[in-house]
Parts: sequence; C-alpha cells; structure tokens
Amino acid sequence: MGLRSRLGRARDAWVDRIASVRSAEMVDAQLWQDLEDALLLADVGVVTSEELVAEVRQQVGRQGVEGEGVLAILKEVLVSRLSGVDRSLTLGGSPSVWLFVGVNGVGKTTTIGKLGIREAAAGRSLVFAAGDTFRAAAVEQLATWADRAKVPIVSGAEGADPSSVVYDAVEHAAARGAELVLADTAGRVHTRSNLMDELAKVRRVAEKGAGTVTETLLVIDATTGQNGLVQARQFAEVAEVTGVVLTKLDGSAKGGIVLAVQEDLGIPVKLVGVGEGMDDLVDFDPGDFIDALFDTEVAATPKNVESRG
Amino acid sequence: MFESLGSRFEGILRRVRGKGRLSEQDVEEFLKELRVAMLDADVHLSAVRFFRDRVRERAVGAEVSGALNPGQQVVKIVLEELTVLLGGDTYHLFFAPKPPTVLLLAGLQGSGKTTTAAKLARLLKAQGRNPLLVGADLQRPAALEQLRTLGGQIDVPVFSEPSDPVEVVRASLAEARRLGRDVVICDTAGRLAIDDDLMTEVAEVSAVLEPDHTFLVVDAMTGQDAVNVARAFHARLELDAVVLTKLDGDARGGAALSIRQVVGRPIAFVATGEGLNEFEVFHPGRLASRILGMGDVETLIEKAEETFEQEKAEAAAARLLEGTFTLGDFLDQLKALRKMGPISNLMGMVPGMTQQMKGLDTGVDERRIDRIEGIINSMTPSERADPEMIDGSRRSRIAAGSGTQPGEINQLVRQFREMRKMMKQMGRGPGRKSGKGRNQRKGGKRPGGRTTDRGPVLVDKKKGLSLPGLDDLPSGLGVPKGGLSLD
Repeated sequence: MGLRSRLGRARDAWVDRIASVRSAEMVDAQLWQDLEDALLLADVGVVTSEELVAEVRQQVGRQGVEGEGVLAILKEVLVSRLSGVDRSLTLGGSPSVWLFVGVNGVGKTTTIGKLGIREAAAGRSLVFAAGDTFRAAAVEQLATWADRAKVPIVSGAEGADPSSVVYDAVEHAAARGAELVLADTAGRVHTRSNLMDELAKVRRVAEKGAGTVTETLLVIDATTGQNGLVQARQFAEVAEVTGVVLTKLDGSAKGGIVLAVQEDLGIPVKLVGVGEGMDDLVDFDPGDFIDALFDTEVAATPKNVESRG
Repeated sequence: MFESLGSRFEGILRRVRGKGRLSEQDVEEFLKELRVAMLDADVHLSAVRFFRDRVRERAVGAEVSGALNPGQQVVKIVLEELTVLLGGDTYHLFFAPKPPTVLLLAGLQGSGKTTTAAKLARLLKAQGRNPLLVGADLQRPAALEQLRTLGGQIDVPVFSEPSDPVEVVRASLAEARRLGRDVVICDTAGRLAIDDDLMTEVAEVSAVLEPDHTFLVVDAMTGQDAVNVARAFHARLELDAVVLTKLDGDARGGAALSIRQVVGRPIAFVATGEGLNEFEVFHPGRLASRILGMGDVETLIEKAEETFEQEKAEAAAARLLEGTFTLGDFLDQLKALRKMGPISNLMGMVPGMTQQMKGLDTGVDERRIDRIEGIINSMTPSERADPEMIDGSRRSRIAAGSGTQPGEINQLVRQFREMRKMMKQMGRGPGRKSGKGRNQRKGGKRPGGRTTDRGPVLVDKKKGLSLPGLDDLPSGLGVPKGGLSLD
C-alpha cells in the first residue's frame, strides 16, 4: 500500500463523514449523524456540535435541500456565529504590550518571532521581551527570531523573575520610543495555581511603568481537544485574555475547539499559524477557517494550504 | 490522570447500579451519557463507538446472573470493558544484548520530545545506565541548546553536529561506542504527520538508527487528531509505544486511550510535571484498578468478579476432567487463587506438583509461583493450549521473555503433561466400564459435601479449594482421599 493511501486512510473517519454528507441525496437521520460526527472529529465538542446540528436542522426544515445544501447552511450558520467580532490587534499604549500566554509547547515563542517579523515589516518599532525564563534555551530561541526580525530583545538570566524581564523590556521600549513590546512567557499548565499567579503578576508589572497591556493573546495548538476550553477559561481568569492565536493549523487537526472558546467565553481568534515559514502567520478569517473545516481536498493535499517561505 | 474520566464514569454508573430493572430505554440513556463523558475526555469517536457497541451488545445479551441485579450487571460490563480499554501490561523497556540500546523519539511540534529525551536519560541514568543524548532536531531554533542545557543539568553528554539529521544519528552510534555509552536517546524535530518530506526524513533517521524502541511523544491535551497522528507516524516508523506528556493539567488523556485502541500501542511513560524527575513508567493495570477501585464500586467488582471467576472455574473444571485443560486455564486459576488466599490450596489441585511442593519445608515459595506465571505469560495462546509444540527456539524465547532458564520451562511442561494425564484418568472415573459418566456425579450429592446445582466448583471462597466429584475417587490413583491438598 502506498504512503498516500495509508495517510488517506488515516483521515478516513473525518473525510468519510464529510463526503457522505456531501453526496447525500436526501436528508435523513444518517446525514445528521454524519454531520455531527464530522464536527466531533474536528474537536468542536459535544455541546457545540449538537447545538449546531439542531440549528441547521431547523433551518433545513423550511427548505428542500440535499447534502451539499446542508453543508452550505452549516457553513452559513458557523460564519454568522463567528462574525461581527473585532479581531484587530489593539495599540494605544506608549508602549503597548502584547502578552503571549498558553500551555507548554503551543508555539508562543514561534508566534512572537513571526509576528515580530510582520510588525517590523509594517514599519513598527518594537522590542521582544524574553519572559520565558524557565524553559532551557527559550531565550536563545527568541533571540534567533530577534536576529531574523532585526528587533532588539531584552532578556534576563535563566530562572530570573519574568515580571522583571517584561518590566525592563517596557522601560527599554519607552526609553527608545518603541511603540510595541511583544512579551513571551513560559508555558504553564493552567492547573498550577502558583504559575498562574505568576502570570497575573507579569501582567500587573508590565503596566507598572510606562506600558499598557493592550492585548493578552492565548496561544492554542490546533490539535488541542476539549481541554482547550478549560485552558481558555483559566487563562482568561488570571490574565484577561483578549484573543486567541490558533497555531499549527497546517496539520490534519481542525482546531474546532476555538468555536467553543468564542461561543462560551467570547474570546475571538485573532491570528492563525499555518506553517513553519516566517510569514506563515495570518489574520484569522472566519470564512477561510470554515471552508478549511469542511474542505477535504485541502486536508488531503497539505501543500495547498502551505505558503512555505 | 484519567481520574476525571474515572469519576465521571463512577457518577454515571452509580445511578444505574441500584436498578433492579433496566429497560432498553434505560440502557440507551446510560450509553448516551457514557458517550458524552468519553468524547469530553477526547477519546476518539471510533473508540467511543466501539466501546459503546461492546457494552450494548453485552448488556442486551447478558444472561441474568443470580448474584447481580441488572443494574449491577451493566456496571460490571462497563468496568470490564474500561479495563480492556486502559489495560494491558506495563511496557517493558528491554535493553539490547549488544549495546547501545537505541531509543528514538518522534512527534508533533511542541509535544515535549526534547524534555522527554532528558527525562528518559535521567531515569535510565538513575538505573545505572550510561545514556547519550542525541540532538537530531536541527530545525527549531535553539532546540540543541535546550537539549545541551538539560543534559548539563543531569550530567549526561549530548551529541550533535551541524550537518543533517541522518548524518547526526549515523555519527552518534559511533560516538556512543567510542564513549562507551550503552543507551542512545535520539531527539528529533517536531513534524506534522502530513508533511511528506519531513516524514521521509524521520523514516531515514530510523533506518540508520535501527532503534530498539520508537516512542511517539503525545501531548495529553490532544484531541481527535491524536489517532491520525499516531497512525501516520506508525505507518512510517513502526511505533513501539507512546509517551504521554503534560499530564499535570486536567487533560483527561483520552487521546492516549484511543491510540491504544486504534493503533494498538501502549503508553510506556507519562510526564506529570515540568521537573526532570516528574516522569514515570506507566502501569495500565494499576491505573485501571485505581479508577475501578474508587469508593464503593470496589465491593461491587469483588462481587462481580467472584461470579465471573466461578463461571470460568466451572468451565475449566469441565475441561480439566476432559483432559483438555490448558496452561492458559491453569494461569487463570493461578491468578484467581492468588487473589483469594494461600497458594498452597492451588498446589493441592495440581497432582504433579503436590509431590514437588511437599519436599519444601516452608510451605509454598511465592517466588516460584511468580516464575511459573512469568513463563506462562510469555507463551503464545497456542503454546498455552498445546505445550507440546514448544521446541528449542520457542523455549529460548519464553525463557528470555520470562527471565527464566529453559530447563524450568521443560519442567513445567513435563509436570503439566503428567497432571493432565492424571486428571483425564480421574475424569473417566471408576465407572467407566459400567457406563457411568461424570455427568452423573456432577451436581450430585457428595458424601459430606454440599449440593450444588451449578456443576463442579473449583473455586469456593469459603471452603478454600475443592474439586467436587473427586472426593469419592478411588485412592489407587495416588490422590489422598478428601481432595488434593498440601495441608
């Protein structure tokens, strides 16, 4: 068996459901089951999936449609649920601080690196704050990105108080008239209350001097399951999260949990990571996201979604 | 870990348990709740469905047992199926006869491969090994610095070079031999399962390394995609087991259960925190019993198991007397009995062993029983059914698997052969010529015994062990009257 077909089989469960819905000639119980399954397999979660199916059912009741039409209605429902939200990244401080938080390994440092390159290219003057003083070589990792983006970086010793690093970065930015500080933090599991308290402190201290925290961005990995909602809730509680960055969306994971995050907590996705290249961080577009959520072609040929630099 | 799934199950089961009657609708309602609990825990949809169908099938077709009411019976079924889902033996990290033993870590970006490499190195070093960490992640900025820093913290050397991953691992094997390191732990770059180029690269790395153990490192918070990822990596790397990371969160770890179910690979290690010592060998059996042993569920299981064992014992007794008793049956009995009490009772059951054990002053040597269990555990099902098929090469494999000597396996097989022969003779009984079958004895009133309408009872908790029908055997067979016992 060739690799392509083996990989193809690996995604069968989800692809099958979508294909089955798409080809359905009549609306029956099987179709609703397939639709719900597809949503569940995309990590949308039981509650949201059931709600969505119920809403689509209600709308379909008044129209005579086939499988493809049902999908179209689901997309409309999803887009309307996701739209009408401000997804822009706010400035306005002097300097403004954008704080990046999240559990370990979701891609905070990489996101800062990519965003730094993007913002620098847009002509903004910025500073990196290497606030992850815990993970070995996290500072070196961010320093590599600082080099690439030609952005100054403020760091402390390994194990230093992250609040003081962020404070120093804000002072540094203020002294040089830079408008924006992108502040990294160590990944932390949201159940560790001492680390969550530390995060609250980082946020407070960042505003002690001249800076204003205008964005606190929760980075969520697209492979995250139902735990993502719990993460978002906990981080929102201690750090006043203003938006989500959804990373690693170029894999086979669909990132459906962000639907629940926006529905339940009102926190919108603002940025999406779609590859490892420097420019593979893009603004979140509900239409594109929903299309990708149901596009089996894109999933089957990953190169299509990549714009590797 | 997984406790929240366990407690959720317990809550659902508690409601159903007391029910004296269960309508089909009740069962469906309850299955629905189980489904939601599992999906919330990120168990893959197909694994959820498989589990639900199994439970439904067994619940609907379940025979009415005297000991349990319908509610309890359904609970028993769920717990047994959950044990299967969680279950299996602890992963055995064997060491290659010719060092170095090679461990390869692969996985998605951010799953925790580098930290896991260091944690494994620390664990093995503590066990007296001399690991070498190999940094083949040349992709992520500062990944190598991270590995070097961690290696420094645990005083384990780190090897890498700025070439390409395949070259690095090729050189690393020579380096391990040069430095006299007996374990090589190779960290690789995170990659997406659908990235053909990088998947080909890691397959090449694997081809050069010829790892003894290939671990997929999986974040416990992963959702439905975990199964796809595991399948894709398994297609290229022949995974041996999974390392589950970030279990210190409230992730329910359903992903890992799904991988076990769908790809058939166990969890070998779990990372329970950021500290390098927060890493442990995963014991599925212990976890299952922890989940299942919660609260008063425990007594229920005991009760359920009693019935279960009894049924099994009855079937085994029938086979014993027919001479079709296998080493597998023997193992079941051994396990059942060890749970229940002194093993000397069991020895009484095995004629071939009675003589042997009588020679020992201090009762039964539990360690010897451990070895026997080990030997049978290392056999394939067909070897258990027909030990005569065990030839020289099978014998060495079993010996290696159980950590025993080939001679001990011979001994066990010989004893088993004798025992089976003897039991077969007993089964025919004295009345063979006159046409009296064992059926007439079975269930009948035995002198001094109790009347049973359930057929022969091999395991009787109150009485210890007895073989109904054997009491009135002629003593000419060398079996002491009144049963086969040491005491």
